[in-house]
Amino acid sequence: MALAAVVSRSDQADAHSSPSLAPGYDLARVRADFPILAQPIHGHPLVYLDNAATTQKPRAVLDAFASVYETSYANVGRGVHTLTQRVTEAYESARGTVQRFLGAARPEEIVFVRGTTEALNLVAQSWGRQNVGAGDEILITALEHHSNILPWQMLCAERGARLRVAPIDDRGTVILEELERLLSERTRLVAVAHVSNSLGTILPVREIAELAHARGAVVLVDGAQGAPHMEVDVQELGCDFYAFSGHKVYGPSGIGALWGRSDLLAEMPPWQGGGGMVVRVTYEKTTYLPPPHRFEAGTPFIEGAVALAAALDYLSGIGRSAIAAWEGELLALATERLAEIPGVRLIGTSPHKAAVISFVLEGVHPHDVGTILDQEGIAVRAGHHCAQPVMERFGVPATSRASFGLYNAPEEVEALAAGLRKVQEIFG
Amino acid sequence: MSDDLRDLYQEVILDHNRRPRNFGPLPDANRTAEGHNPLCGDRVVVQLQVEDGRVQGISFQGTGCAISTASASLMTEALRGKTVEEAHALFHVFHELLTRGGGDPEQLGKLAVFSGVREFPIRVKCATLAWHTLEAALQQKDQPVSTE
Repeated sequence: MALAAVVSRSDQADAHSSPSLAPGYDLARVRADFPILAQPIHGHPLVYLDNAATTQKPRAVLDAFASVYETSYANVGRGVHTLTQRVTEAYESARGTVQRFLGAARPEEIVFVRGTTEALNLVAQSWGRQNVGAGDEILITALEHHSNILPWQMLCAERGARLRVAPIDDRGTVILEELERLLSERTRLVAVAHVSNSLGTILPVREIAELAHARGAVVLVDGAQGAPHMEVDVQELGCDFYAFSGHKVYGPSGIGALWGRSDLLAEMPPWQGGGGMVVRVTYEKTTYLPPPHRFEAGTPFIEGAVALAAALDYLSGIGRSAIAAWEGELLALATERLAEIPGVRLIGTSPHKAAVISFVLEGVHPHDVGTILDQEGIAVRAGHHCAQPVMERFGVPATSRASFGLYNAPEEVEALAAGLRKVQEIFG
Repeated sequence: MSDDLRDLYQEVILDHNRRPRNFGPLPDANRTAEGHNPLCGDRVVVQLQVEDGRVQGISFQGTGCAISTASASLMTEALRGKTVEEAHALFHVFHELLTRGGGDPEQLGKLAVFSGVREFPIRVKCATLAWHTLEAALQQKDQPVSTE
């Protein structure tokens, strides 16, 4: 009885205190890991809310670069000297880190690429050219980034295939029944975002994969916005390909990874020819290495891969579910604060969202919002977010977008709200 | 508000953004061009009625930020009655104002309110979109123009 009373009193206290964000999350310590955050912009503390575009880098990533250059830089997979052995080990160990980050079965299923865009183009040109023919169909959704539209549009044009688009509702949620209706025996591939970059919607990838597999289609997930915000387990998601970019998970730009199921990768032809990908070359015939090296022609971004692994280790150190919980609190607070401002319309109100908020302010163009907020030290994205069809769907030319990361603070949400009120003052 | 912001969003600009002048289709137009700013998705259509080398009628339509809307609106006011040569020359002076500052205040007239844009280099394209589109209309280019 006594215990129950104590518990109930502490519950009440929590309910009445100002937002107690994710207890135990050491924000000050996290922020101290990111040197770039400690600078003023236009005389104000930097409030960086453009994390869906790219994220800032922790000291561990900077150190990883320096460490490669200072102790072990050479080319990978070539020669027998000490440095090449050392750096090859670091590079292949980074592959293992990515494998664990994605819950993949084997390191050989991880192909290093420049980023999500290159990963999707790799699949389109290697797997796609081999498996998509005239009259076949590729199904995407109406909330995709241009990177998950154009490679398929190009492939369809080349192969005489048809690109189909599953619609979304007014909240920005994919209408699963419509998606199911659009699946046919001609559907070769279903390519969907894990999280929408412009709306924040988290897609039900598992359900989509089940529907697609029931029709014999292969499932690719554009994880550019998924990997930074939540735990990813590709085996649990049930997809066949998953791609993400290093720079959106607090790692370097110019490196990313494609995960592919080993049986699919094994059947795929190389898509670029060059060094480091062959068993034997003659003028008559070349035999290629098995995956993943078959898909990594030329000298890769070695130090980028090592620094990406450092970023992923950094995320694991904090805990990805802790990060997701923290960002969830920030999203809830920001949604509440923005809703309190008259004239704000949220674009993307799915019940399942990552910490990405797109909005329009009545009577003020997003570019003007962006410029005025920047003068307050607040960085948001203004524009169409490489998702012009999404903008068209919601009848807006562009939106402002605040996207949160692991280092953002509740005070920064308040700064955003105050900044928006200032925009309204200027525009009367 | 910072001085830079106050210089950028002058009352005249805010007013032309709220109530753009010469906005809508031009019934007697004989030149039409469309302009895009792919960075932000802004789109503008400029229509002209050019008779004997002189801009007799001018209008614009489209969506854009305050800078691009006000710039288009003030451009239509500045150009009515001007010769085609005078229009080209005014764009040159206006462009100098945005990128280097200065310029003849008499020649610029109300367009001088855009002097604050120089402190925001990324917004110069917003202020020049309508003017680039005008140039395309004067040259009767078939392709939509783009700021990129």
